[in-house]
Amino acid sequence: MSPRARTPTEQEAHGRRGRPITDHDAHEINRVEELSYDLKISDVMSVDLHSASPEMPLSKVLDILRINRISGLPVVEEGKLAGILSIEDIVRAMQKNDLSAPASQYMTREVTTAVSYDSIIKALRTFTERGLGRLPVLDENHKLVGMLTKGDITRGILVALQKDYQEEEVRRYRASHLFEDIISERTTLVLRYTIKAGDFTQGGKASSHIKRALIRLGADPQITRRCCIAVYEAEMNLIIHTTNGGILKLEVEPHRITMSATDDGPGIADTEKVFQPGYSTATEEVREMGFGAGMGLVNMKRCVDSIELNSTVGKSTKLVMRIFVPDQTFGASRDGQNNEPSKNH
Amino acid sequence: MNLQKIIDELNLNVLTEPRDFAGITPTGGYSSDLLSCVMAGARKGHLWITLQAHLNIVAIAALNEVAAIIITEDAQPDAASIAKANEQGVVLLSTSQPTYEINGKLWEMGVRS
Repeated sequence: MSPRARTPTEQEAHGRRGRPITDHDAHEINRVEELSYDLKISDVMSVDLHSASPEMPLSKVLDILRINRISGLPVVEEGKLAGILSIEDIVRAMQKNDLSAPASQYMTREVTTAVSYDSIIKALRTFTERGLGRLPVLDENHKLVGMLTKGDITRGILVALQKDYQEEEVRRYRASHLFEDIISERTTLVLRYTIKAGDFTQGGKASSHIKRALIRLGADPQITRRCCIAVYEAEMNLIIHTTNGGILKLEVEPHRITMSATDDGPGIADTEKVFQPGYSTATEEVREMGFGAGMGLVNMKRCVDSIELNSTVGKSTKLVMRIFVPDQTFGASRDGQNNEPSKNH
Repeated sequence: MNLQKIIDELNLNVLTEPRDFAGITPTGGYSSDLLSCVMAGARKGHLWITLQAHLNIVAIAALNEVAAIIITEDAQPDAASIAKANEQGVVLLSTSQPTYEINGKLWEMGVRS
């Protein structure tokens, strides 16, 4: 993403909280970037438009600038933009004691403009590249419809972000405080997915739902990534190798995440061999798709803290994996206490 | 090096919906056709170079949040894969060049892992 669009927000995030950028902040920064593309110039520009005619004397222009506390004025002729006057132009006229001259004499005619239906990211680039303070905004018929300053953009983003943030906060609060709000001797959140054998079109769907749930619950990105790799491999194994599919289950507790995959056959003859890198029983057809590298269980083992594989040939297989998480992972307090570096970083 | 420049320099076909590629800067790359290796090796923001073109690459790319998949040697994903990629926000690019050449050119352009 463009660092130009990002800079003010990083400062904003940093300044507001007085601490380095966290993952949570990074999430917001990405949203600002998104907003820079989503918000249209017409959403944020000032439409309360002041303008001068080409004949207007500069003394009058100066009055308009002063009364409205603005630093530039578009010059409009028959609805079309003819030029722009900035304080600097007025100063030039003042130096020559020429404030009775018409606007057209001192205005800048080569005006850089913005288009109302463009996204604000485009205007941000124009501001940075040209070093300008304000842009007249034209509509599709080249009619002047507004003025845009960097301040308008900042305000527009902040308003959108605040709306967003409130909605997000409500949802995140509900999810991440689950384990604090519900008191029991042992609270467990169980996510359960039925995986169909041979259904490659749905491959990774359960894993992506699990990923979203973990983020929602406030798990840190590193733990989320480890879980994702492990459950994806388990999910694909159920699709590739089982007779009738199976069940993928994720149990979230405040101190650990347990992932399990169970099926009713065909079973694994040698449950040690499958942990050897490169060992695979996948068919040629499946290998052509890039599965069956013999790295599935190797990957899982690498990502989890404990792994247990039990199987009876002709009957069933059960795979259980656990990741132990730092105490504060789920249900951590909201004011950045979950920033403490954990052993998993 | 942003994705738009990479698309232009390597003459890649954009298979998914256009977006602001100039605003995407890949953080590195990973090349493999073995999905388990990609799952473990590709990182968020990477380019993934592969000649696999079937539906399952989209899920891998979405889970790993890769910046884009570059499908090499003229392998063609089907319409369902492209639709799924659009739905999940995964960028699919393609080329007739082999993976080795794409890797080499990307490395030369400064996209290194």
